Amino acid sequence: MADPLNRDAVAIADRAGQLADEAQRLAAEAADLAHRAAQADAPATDPVLFGLTVFALACFVGYYVVWKVTPALHAPLMSVANAISGVVVLGAMIAAGPAIFGVSKLLGFVAVVLASVNIFGGFIITQRMLQMYRKKDG
Amino acid sequence: MEASIASFAYLVAAVCFILGIRGLASPETARQGNRIAIAGMAIAIGATLLRPQIVTFELVLGGIVVGGAIGTVIALRVKITDLPQLVAIFNSLVGLAAVLIAAAALESPSLYGIPLEGGLATHSLVEIMASTAIGAVTFTGSVVAFAKLHGLMQSAPITFTGQRAVNAFVGLIVLMAALAFAGWGTAGLFWALALAALVWGVLVVIPIGGADMPVVISVLNSASGWASCGIGFTLDNPLMIITGALVGASGAILSYIMCKGMNRSLVHVLLGGFGGETEGPTGDAADRGPVKAGNADDAAFMLRNAGSVVVVPGYGMAVAQAQHALREMVDLLEEEGVRVRFAIHPVAGRMPGHMNVLLAEANVPYDKVVEMEAINRDFPSTDIAFVIGANDITNPSARNDPSSPIYGMPVLEVDRARMVMFVKRSMASGYAGVDNPLFFNENTMMLFGDAKAMCEGIIRSLE
Repeated sequence: MADPLNRDAVAIADRAGQLADEAQRLAAEAADLAHRAAQADAPATDPVLFGLTVFALACFVGYYVVWKVTPALHAPLMSVANAISGVVVLGAMIAAGPAIFGVSKLLGFVAVVLASVNIFGGFIITQRMLQMYRKKDG
Repeated sequence: MEASIASFAYLVAAVCFILGIRGLASPETARQGNRIAIAGMAIAIGATLLRPQIVTFELVLGGIVVGGAIGTVIALRVKITDLPQLVAIFNSLVGLAAVLIAAAALESPSLYGIPLEGGLATHSLVEIMASTAIGAVTFTGSVVAFAKLHGLMQSAPITFTGQRAVNAFVGLIVLMAALAFAGWGTAGLFWALALAALVWGVLVVIPIGGADMPVVISVLNSASGWASCGIGFTLDNPLMIITGALVGASGAILSYIMCKGMNRSLVHVLLGGFGGETEGPTGDAADRGPVKAGNADDAAFMLRNAGSVVVVPGYGMAVAQAQHALREMVDLLEEEGVRVRFAIHPVAGRMPGHMNVLLAEANVPYDKVVEMEAINRDFPSTDIAFVIGANDITNPSARNDPSSPIYGMPVLEVDRARMVMFVKRSMASGYAGVDNPLFFNENTMMLFGDAKAMCEGIIRSLE
């Protein structure tokens, strides 16, 4: 009689061990999920949504700032807009910067040249124009 | 940590750009504003050089040096009268750069940290698609605008039968290619989209005539902004998004002001064909009665004896490069005790603010240059309105002839002055192809000849 009882006890102990392992695994998974949920909630918002937020606010800033520009300076406004839209150079620089040579590196280089023409040319011509605006006897 | 430094630098740069435009609110703060914007750009480029993606510096710095040298030489050498075409060509460069960066992002998305899970995400494809399409149209459209302004091709509208159908068809191809690219995102579809948009840019601008260029340049300026905005979305770069939005808003507002100055809708301008030869004058100018023509001596005598004179410059003054002679003439009149001011119509010339910058180049103080709304009140108390190289922007039909094509357009009310002088090469009608009844008025004197030669003649007579 004692033998089968003993076997049963061993089997039960085994099952208990398995269950404990299972519980541990589940707990780890739950912790991982909770961690991920916390991350999703935290500052890492959807980059597209973040971009749209910045975009919408910048449009309003642009609208109000540009309406304040005096009509006499509309020509320098256009040339300074040329200059600052050369900011795409930041994207071009990253394409031109990696160690391996490839198509995108070449595209990046050409784009860096084009955008730099805009930046230097735009700012210099704007400054040249603004130097000419003076008051009476100024 | 490094990423935070870059982000902060970009924020500083964005604020600098906003302050730079804010400075243009007045000529006194404008120079300072421009310097702040330059500092902002230097900060942004410096911060980008520190980013880990940039490992080799030869092509990055080499590109900046080469491009910077080209830009510097162009900006220092260009004549101020060539400013409209300079702005046009600068717009085109941003457009092309946007296309190239979009191509680079498609080729190596990992470089920009664009998530890649079995292909690019739809939102990335849409962003690349938008910046490519806008950039490509901006590029070729601006090149055509440049060619027209620089006299490399005729500035009159180029039209052919079925033009609108062709434009609509190519536009449809651009749209289909854009949608297909957003769906499948293959390199082949990317270049198909770029090519279709390049063709469309040419087609859209060729039917637009020279005097509508202020609108075209403003729209293309705006488009170059939206293209850089699109690149900013693709690369998750807030500075590019902010800058693109600023430039886009600036161009859009200028387009609006220019359209309002012509009392035409943006769509009407962009459909083109306005002021073409088909709509030209019917040549019955002779039926309108006699014209009183004078010479430089007559003009000098009357101008010297006037109490107040308002000079109205137009594109003809820019073409004749007459601004320096004009300024000399005005100096002599002021020595005689005549009060002289300049009246500027918003669409005079080939770009927004064109006349202001030409007068500034000729050393005319900006406080003597008055905008249309302010000066119109003063014409009734003005002795002589001296119109040099302008026509449509003074045409009273715009106020009192509902059948006129330019009816409703705001004009400088020179007819209210005691006397009007027109410096013009001939009796030809202006851009809109409309006769100007003012030429036949009793108190109008026509001074036929080149604007510069006429000013020099008046100067000789005054001395």
